[in-house]
Amino acid sequence: MEFAELIKTPRADNVVLHRPFHAAVEGTLCLTGHHLIFSSRRHDAAEELWLLHSNIDSSEKRFVGSLGTLVIKCKDLRIIQLDIPGMEECLNIASSIEALSTLDSVTLLYPFFYRPMFDILEDGWSSFLPEQEFELLSSVTDEWRLSCINRDFSVCASYPPVVIVPKSINDDELRKVAQFRHGNRFPVLSYYHKKNGMVMMRSSQPLTGTNWRRCKEDEKLVNATLRPGKRGYIIDTRSLNVAQQARAKGGGFEQEAHYPQWRRIHKSIERFNILQESLIKLVEACNDQSHNMDRWLSKLEASNWLTHVKEILTTACLAAQCIDREGASVLVHGSEGTDSTLQVTSLAQIILDPRCRTIQGFESLVVREWLQAGHPFQHRCAQSAYSNSKQKWEAPVFLLFLDCVWQILRQFPCSFEFNQQFLIMLFEHAYASQFGTFLGNNENERAKQKLPQKTMSLWSWVNRTEELSKFHNPLFEANSLVIWPSVAPQSLQLWEGVFLRWNRPSKYLDEAQEEMINIINYNKELQAKVNVLRRSLAELEAGTRMHQNM
Amino acid sequence: VENVRLLDRFSSRKAVLGTLYLTATHVIFVENGSDTRKETWVLHSQISSIEKQATTATGCPLLIRCKNFQVIQLIIPQERDCHDIYISLIRLARPVKYEELYCFSFNPKLDKEEREQGWKLVDLNEEYNRMGVPNNYWQICDVNRDYGVCDSYPTEVYVPKSATAHIIVGSSKFRSRRRFPALSYYSKDNNASICRSSQPLSGFSARCLEDEQMLQAIRKANPGSDFIYVVDTRPKLNAMANRAAGKGYENEDNYSNIKFQFIGIENIHVMRNSLQKMLEVCELKSPSMSDFLWGLENSGWLKHIKAIMDAGIFIAKAVAEEGVSVLVHCSDGWDRTAQVCSVASLLLDPYYRTMKGFMVLIEKDWVSFGHKFNHRYGNLDGDPKEISPVIDQFIECVWQLMEQFPCAFEFNERFLIHIQHHVYSCQFGNFLCNNQKERRELKIQERTYSLWAHLWKNRADYLNPLYRSDHSQTQGTLHPQIAPCNFLYKFWSGMYNRFEKGLHPRQSVTDYLMAVKEETQQLEEELEILGERLANLQKSQLGDNKVKSKQQDRSKQLGLSTSNNSLANTPQEYSNELKSFPSRSPSQGDEEDSALILTQDNLKSSDPDLSANSDQESGVEDLSCRSPSGGGCLASEDSGKDSDEAVFLAG
Repeated sequence: MEFAELIKTPRADNVVLHRPFHAAVEGTLCLTGHHLIFSSRRHDAAEELWLLHSNIDSSEKRFVGSLGTLVIKCKDLRIIQLDIPGMEECLNIASSIEALSTLDSVTLLYPFFYRPMFDILEDGWSSFLPEQEFELLSSVTDEWRLSCINRDFSVCASYPPVVIVPKSINDDELRKVAQFRHGNRFPVLSYYHKKNGMVMMRSSQPLTGTNWRRCKEDEKLVNATLRPGKRGYIIDTRSLNVAQQARAKGGGFEQEAHYPQWRRIHKSIERFNILQESLIKLVEACNDQSHNMDRWLSKLEASNWLTHVKEILTTACLAAQCIDREGASVLVHGSEGTDSTLQVTSLAQIILDPRCRTIQGFESLVVREWLQAGHPFQHRCAQSAYSNSKQKWEAPVFLLFLDCVWQILRQFPCSFEFNQQFLIMLFEHAYASQFGTFLGNNENERAKQKLPQKTMSLWSWVNRTEELSKFHNPLFEANSLVIWPSVAPQSLQLWEGVFLRWNRPSKYLDEAQEEMINIINYNKELQAKVNVLRRSLAELEAGTRMHQNM
Repeated sequence: VENVRLLDRFSSRKAVLGTLYLTATHVIFVENGSDTRKETWVLHSQISSIEKQATTATGCPLLIRCKNFQVIQLIIPQERDCHDIYISLIRLARPVKYEELYCFSFNPKLDKEEREQGWKLVDLNEEYNRMGVPNNYWQICDVNRDYGVCDSYPTEVYVPKSATAHIIVGSSKFRSRRRFPALSYYSKDNNASICRSSQPLSGFSARCLEDEQMLQAIRKANPGSDFIYVVDTRPKLNAMANRAAGKGYENEDNYSNIKFQFIGIENIHVMRNSLQKMLEVCELKSPSMSDFLWGLENSGWLKHIKAIMDAGIFIAKAVAEEGVSVLVHCSDGWDRTAQVCSVASLLLDPYYRTMKGFMVLIEKDWVSFGHKFNHRYGNLDGDPKEISPVIDQFIECVWQLMEQFPCAFEFNERFLIHIQHHVYSCQFGNFLCNNQKERRELKIQERTYSLWAHLWKNRADYLNPLYRSDHSQTQGTLHPQIAPCNFLYKFWSGMYNRFEKGLHPRQSVTDYLMAVKEETQQLEEELEILGERLANLQKSQLGDNKVKSKQQDRSKQLGLSTSNNSLANTPQEYSNELKSFPSRSPSQGDEEDSALILTQDNLKSSDPDLSANSDQESGVEDLSCRSPSGGGCLASEDSGKDSDEAVFLAG
């Protein structure tokens, strides 16, 4: 298919662009296969706006006479309005945008066409391999092994080719366990707590069904993670009620009788359309420009977004607490083990492991616990808050995770190497990107589409000095401790950086950020100067003494 | 009383044993045992309510709520002791004479001269001169020299030059409590002004020629504008109701060239109830997000804050952008009017956003113009219906602005919190009584100390590290957004959950930056000293050319290499004593696991209370969150013995 077929009017002049808190600008609109480009050459400040078609969540057109108005709502929550003279031009452009923003085939997406304009220092596709992770692990413990059982994705379609499992379990046993778990997602290692050797595992629900099926190998695998005489905790991200209901459909949970060394805790983290609805309501509230305080608070409350944030954070804290404070190992799962499970395991690691609070460590966490762990990005991030499609597999699971990270970052502003811009960047790229990193639903699909060969990795771009400098938190001071966030409602806030980003001028807050950087840089500069002087003084004095001694 | 238990607000099982002391001025709880012997000091004047609850097997519970939002829960073993304490506290918390208040016994060990200097720190004459009056349009009027016209006004007020004594007195007779229109803020740049008064006694049809002339005079004092705004800060309904009582609002037909405007801010009773409701939300044991947001909305608190802010924004805009003078009033002109005038002044004039300027602003719009501190904050036992968090709301408006304009204010959040604290503490004389007349009669300045001097002495603690006097945010008028989703009105947990440290961010950006700046200053000094020493050494070595040239080469080389891998930011400077955070609540059979995370025990109950101890030099600093690193902790000692797994059994 040629994109040109979809673009009947590739260019329109005298288009007026409206954005909140910016004066309207007149300019030229161009459509390409992947971008909507608006450029204005008025005044001295020429301005260009490039918008990926894949970033467009929905568009609406309306006409006043022959002047068409196109309202474009983006997945990054921005809303822009284009006034396009000429009814035909406007209709053409609207239908092109509609078609180009909803391409069926992944291979038509921009990442397959994008050619980087920068030097690649390190190929991001191979920056974070499970083998490297295992190497780190084997330096502290030898109780685990790397299994290549899933080399050709035949055992579990949504798992990566290699996984880390207890040494005492062989591949045949793993195959049996896989049969006993939803989507074949058998328990694998998620995190090893060096301080006390406790671990966090994750999986999907066991297929116990109504007649309490059991699987000896599953019990063996799960128990293999326990120290002799120790107990563990199974954190089920569903309420007991929901878990009970799952049995009727062949799912279920670990029965005490068969897993006597484990205690089960049920939490209730919402999933799928409930989260999507919540996002839609929240964004609607944030875009409501009325001046009424009551409506704002009740809409914020009714969206339930912060309730979800609180619930996810609480569960993650609980998991971290079991590991660090109770000295117990933990197994986390919900139903499929691809959504709420990953929110919990990845947040718990941020709380427990200082490495995850660095830029590299956080990237590695996203790769391990989200991409390789098979969070279905393509399904979940297909649409955002403005979409009308309401497909049941769309859900802002990853955005909620990022929101939770921001909440912790806000409470520990000096303990993270990255700033909130880094999190916002990840949010944007998860929904629309020139890079292939977040395409596909799992490693299997990515391999089939040959993404590593045909597209560029986000990490290749991010991990260059010029980009990294934007994401660096000036307040960062390495903090080797476990950080325990507060999850009280008073401590949780709306993430303005994402949800109010386009609705208000950020000038004053940006200036504050800049001032902060200045203060710290000036300090470092002085520190350097003082050190230089101290050294030369010491040398001079030593020289003088030598001189006197002579 | 011995063997009293102080309860943790979040978990009934966590309690510390100690001894309770009652002194003439404080309630003091001293923990038994532990090496630290933590102490909790509470001033009697901070006590807002005392509640004796039903006796249980463990003892007799006593709940003390404070005006600075601290809540203390005690369990006293003996019913009789509890009753005695209850009775004593009720009496002690409700003094009937000013002389019983703490400021008359508080002695910061300053001599007479220092005390007098302290009172001179904030000088309103100086302030009016700074604004640019007296001038061609405004003059000081002495009709109220001995409080003869209005006993709740100061002796010296500024009025338009064309307003004769006859007009002023006439106007004052037509205004509630004779609070005639007087100058609050004057804008040098365009002659526009903010004036304040009480409501006119207009009823349904009454007029007063002098009052009409007075408003005319205010308009004439701003030659660039042909009208003035009259802003009634009450809801229209309330103002109409007042007409039936012979009061009311200005009729546009009777006054030439006024534009009349209602901006509905609710009265003190609505505000009191609103705060009460919000505090109930803050006290919920483990609220869900919905409970909290719903309760917050239901309290209406943020809506009221927004109403005050909106009124301030309207007036600031009229003055700065339209160049129009504004007369502001409510009913008596001492509550809402004070709030609105001071918010508007703060938006208009960067001076009021400095530490000194903020003190001046409170002194001008609140203290001098007869805001009834004694009645509103219940310093002496009085009518509970008079109590209302009027200045609290103003202080919160300032905080909300600080959140939106982080570089615009010279002072930080702590400054606001400490001012709020002292409005209630009665440790300093500034906020005693209801007006200037009463304060002069009591000879406050001779018998007590000034808060402003105290705050000024410790100003280093109150600086906003992001403030720079040459920054664009510190120039000119602030223009806040209006819609709640743009100007995000937030719940101020730093104030209303002030004593629940567990709820606050674990690391404070402000404190971190303050520490960095302090270090920077030391570095600057060291740099200078090192430079001098280096120069001296080099001079002394002038004799030996060989050595000298070699050294210079060396230092040049070093000067180029800016990277240095020695201790980058010297963490050793910061105290690293962050309290242990989450040892979990051992409450058995707790249905909600969330309680585990919620019930943190780091409620540092023995915060060195601001006013706690007259011996403490400033007694003000809470250093605990200074540490930029840390925040988590190693396993706390009791986590082992606490580990009853029952907690996890839920579900």
